[in-house]
Amino acid sequence: MNVKIGLEIHCQLTGLKSKLFCSCSADYRGRDANTNVCSICMGLPGTLPLLNKKALEYATMISLVLNCRTSNTASFYRKNYFYPDLPKNFQITQYNAHEISSIGVDGYLEFDGKKVRIRRVQLEEDPGRLVYEGSMETSLYTLVDYSRAGVALVEIVTEPDFDDPKDVRLFLNKLTSILEHLGVCDTRLEGAVRCDVNVSLAGGKKVEIKNISSFREVEKAIIFEISRQKSLGTKGIEVRSETRHWDDARRVTIQSRVKEEEQDYRYFPEPDIPAVNFNEELIKSLKSQMPELPDARRSRFVEQFGLSEQVAQVLINDKYLADFFEDGAKLYENAREVANWIVTDLKGYTDEFDGIRSLKIKPLHIAELAKLVDQSVISRTTAKQILQEIVKSGEMPSEVAKRLNAAQISDKQELIDVIDKVFETEKSAVKDALQNEKIVNFLLGKVIQSTSGRADPKLALELIRKKLTSIT
Amino acid sequence: MDQLILSANELTEHIKNGSVSAEDYIAKIFERIKSVEKSVHAYISLNDSAIEEARRIDEMVKRGERVGRLAGVAVAVKDNICTKGLRTTCASKMLEDYVPPYNATVIDRLQQEGAIIVGKANLDEFAMGSTTEFSSFGTTRNPWDTSRVPGGSSGGSAASLAAQEAALALGSDTGGSIRCPASFCSNVGLKPTYGLVSRFGLVSFANSLELIGPMGRSVYDVALMLSCIAGRDSMDHTTLDVDVMDYTAKIKQGVKGLRIGLVKEMISNGVDDAVAKSVHDAVSKFEGLGATIEEVSINSLQYALASYYIIAMAEASSNLARYDGIRYGWNMNPEGFAWNAYYTKARSNFGSEVKRRIMIGTYVLSSGYYGRYYLKAQQVRTLIKQELAGIFKKLDLLIAPTMPILPFKIGERIDDPLQLYMADIDTVAANLAGIPAISIPSTFKDGLPIGLQIMGSHLSEELLLRAAYAFEEVNNVKSVANI
Repeated sequence: MNVKIGLEIHCQLTGLKSKLFCSCSADYRGRDANTNVCSICMGLPGTLPLLNKKALEYATMISLVLNCRTSNTASFYRKNYFYPDLPKNFQITQYNAHEISSIGVDGYLEFDGKKVRIRRVQLEEDPGRLVYEGSMETSLYTLVDYSRAGVALVEIVTEPDFDDPKDVRLFLNKLTSILEHLGVCDTRLEGAVRCDVNVSLAGGKKVEIKNISSFREVEKAIIFEISRQKSLGTKGIEVRSETRHWDDARRVTIQSRVKEEEQDYRYFPEPDIPAVNFNEELIKSLKSQMPELPDARRSRFVEQFGLSEQVAQVLINDKYLADFFEDGAKLYENAREVANWIVTDLKGYTDEFDGIRSLKIKPLHIAELAKLVDQSVISRTTAKQILQEIVKSGEMPSEVAKRLNAAQISDKQELIDVIDKVFETEKSAVKDALQNEKIVNFLLGKVIQSTSGRADPKLALELIRKKLTSIT
Repeated sequence: MDQLILSANELTEHIKNGSVSAEDYIAKIFERIKSVEKSVHAYISLNDSAIEEARRIDEMVKRGERVGRLAGVAVAVKDNICTKGLRTTCASKMLEDYVPPYNATVIDRLQQEGAIIVGKANLDEFAMGSTTEFSSFGTTRNPWDTSRVPGGSSGGSAASLAAQEAALALGSDTGGSIRCPASFCSNVGLKPTYGLVSRFGLVSFANSLELIGPMGRSVYDVALMLSCIAGRDSMDHTTLDVDVMDYTAKIKQGVKGLRIGLVKEMISNGVDDAVAKSVHDAVSKFEGLGATIEEVSINSLQYALASYYIIAMAEASSNLARYDGIRYGWNMNPEGFAWNAYYTKARSNFGSEVKRRIMIGTYVLSSGYYGRYYLKAQQVRTLIKQELAGIFKKLDLLIAPTMPILPFKIGERIDDPLQLYMADIDTVAANLAGIPAISIPSTFKDGLPIGLQIMGSHLSEELLLRAAYAFEEVNNVKSVANI
């Protein structure tokens, strides 16, 4: 069945120092309620919005990366509606019905060989937050925290070009990586990126899903919604055009408790902010300042380090992982080995979205680990054990290896069994060893090797000598 | 020497040379306020620390320190301009106890020049009106005839000057709100070029149209006050990047050789005969001063009033949305109210004229009507701008009546909003085009003041003030009411 999915993504410009229209900090997280506010973001009578130029630059950079057309001027509009989280009871945003007011329009993003069109990229202010004691259902009060109000948001709207929830995940992964590479948004911060989705089946009505708390939930919400709409179809029930909310805990979309009325936002141009002129100079200078982006970086990883496309892709999907790799590759020249350790082993310890930031391991550790294995100082198996330790402790692999030696095989009988086996397979060496002291060391090496390096060398040597003596 | 009728620049000179003590003068102002307020009611609030501020000026003078160009001058500030620590009500019940935590830029600039804010002047609620009758704090009366309106919305500012309760005043002008009361109270009131004076701290009614402007009893005082408040402000993106200048410097250069247009549409239909006659007399005076006068027609003016009210109300409906009683201002226990019910209750505190404008503004912006009203109004606005720009290529200044009528009786028109709106017909064009316009006393008819309006092109304040000054010199009309 033909499915159409479109996305409306809101991304906070957490890379900014201040809010969109005042000098309050862009970082409201962890602050007491209503402490990160000023006369302007509280909308006190007589105050005027002062546009943050850096926000404009960031939004323009996002728009350029998403291949949007930037018009000569950007302007701001007021979206009027009453809601307690809006200090002015209107939101300053952009609006394209009467002119092209957005930062960018008509763009696209390619991912995984596919292409999704971008309808618009625009700048707007985040409202405050409604806070309920306990839960929304049981709380007797609604509390309002305006510390977030006025933080810069970039809204990215796609055309309904997706037909597979998996593609949405891939697209969001790529978008996340782009935002991280641009340095405009720390996408891991709670609420820094939000996504609303609209889903419709062939010829059916469009259903909007809101309240999806994180990108990782988006795919699940869409899968549920498609199956819900399909099952309605098989029962002959028509899908209603409505807004539904994603219930994280129950993993279902539910009809919004409050039926959203058809809102008339009475958009009109914001008189307090003159239209912004985009001259070619600005665009040129932004293009020249643009950092390396995921696609280019992936290609470079393949060329410069000889990584496979797949490994490179996994790394650049998360800027932290890619940076981790590059830092590691600087410390140890076998970059492929460093990459393999990150992609195949290290990622196993981490949650897909949180990445390896939460672990204590650093590039230094992975580089040393790869080196120790390459130089046969430790076996791959031991190295994996060591990795398990250092992700938690942050100790250096060599130190862990040493420490593990303390727990090496020093049980006499266990070693005797190993030595017996070595003597069986290395008969000629044993013979030579009776004459040549150096060959004794070879036998010791074999014993250590067959215990994956865990044999206590001193004790093993003693036992080998003893056994050799017993032969003569 | 009657200190109360001195011009601001004379007064400052006296204070600077020690012949007048600022403290004594401000004390006299307060005595005056005490004695006339019952019959005028120009103020909503008074500044308790004014005397102390004046004393500080005197001390600075004694120590030989620089005291600024308005040292010790009593200034009335329209109560929609924020004053830190001093209640700013907008003459609305909604903000009856509201004390701003910051100063408007113009207040900071005035205080840097040594001005003493004596009080907050009455206005129509949120500056919506042209009579000062729509104030939740009672009507201001015209000091020339207390049975009549002082004009509005800056009626308190104008009345305070005529009644000698201040030497200078700040008003705000969205569609004539400085010029109308200046005309009705026989003072000088200037609406500067849009962007010349910072709006930071001016409580918005219709932000694309309005500006703070100086009011005084003489053209020179108004030029002096403008010099103190004008110029770019980093707190207001709509201010123009112009150099601060001294608008008094060339004020005495006369009008010889200037080409002045007499706006035909503004002296024909619906204009009181006395008003029309006053304009024709003014024409003769300007000609006598060496200017050439020609009649000029501005076709787009016929749509100006409709365009103005649509834009002003649309913007007002959005600007006033923030008054919901949640964060500041009018306070009510929210217990038992859902959000919408709370909004309804809180916002019922607006007065009838404010409600009317919010409703009309909401209507003209609603989907389906936007194109028919708001967009059309903006197109008209562009047309007016263009037509005026064309006219100012050939002419230096335009003259017209400020008000088509004389100050009328309190209560006479309050029930007829359309008739009230019609009175703004000569003033709104300057706001739509963003050009400067001044009202200066022209004459009296049966004891009632009539003002003359002069308009100039974008940023022509210097020329405008020069012409106004020249006219004032030969005209010499009373600006101090005997009350």
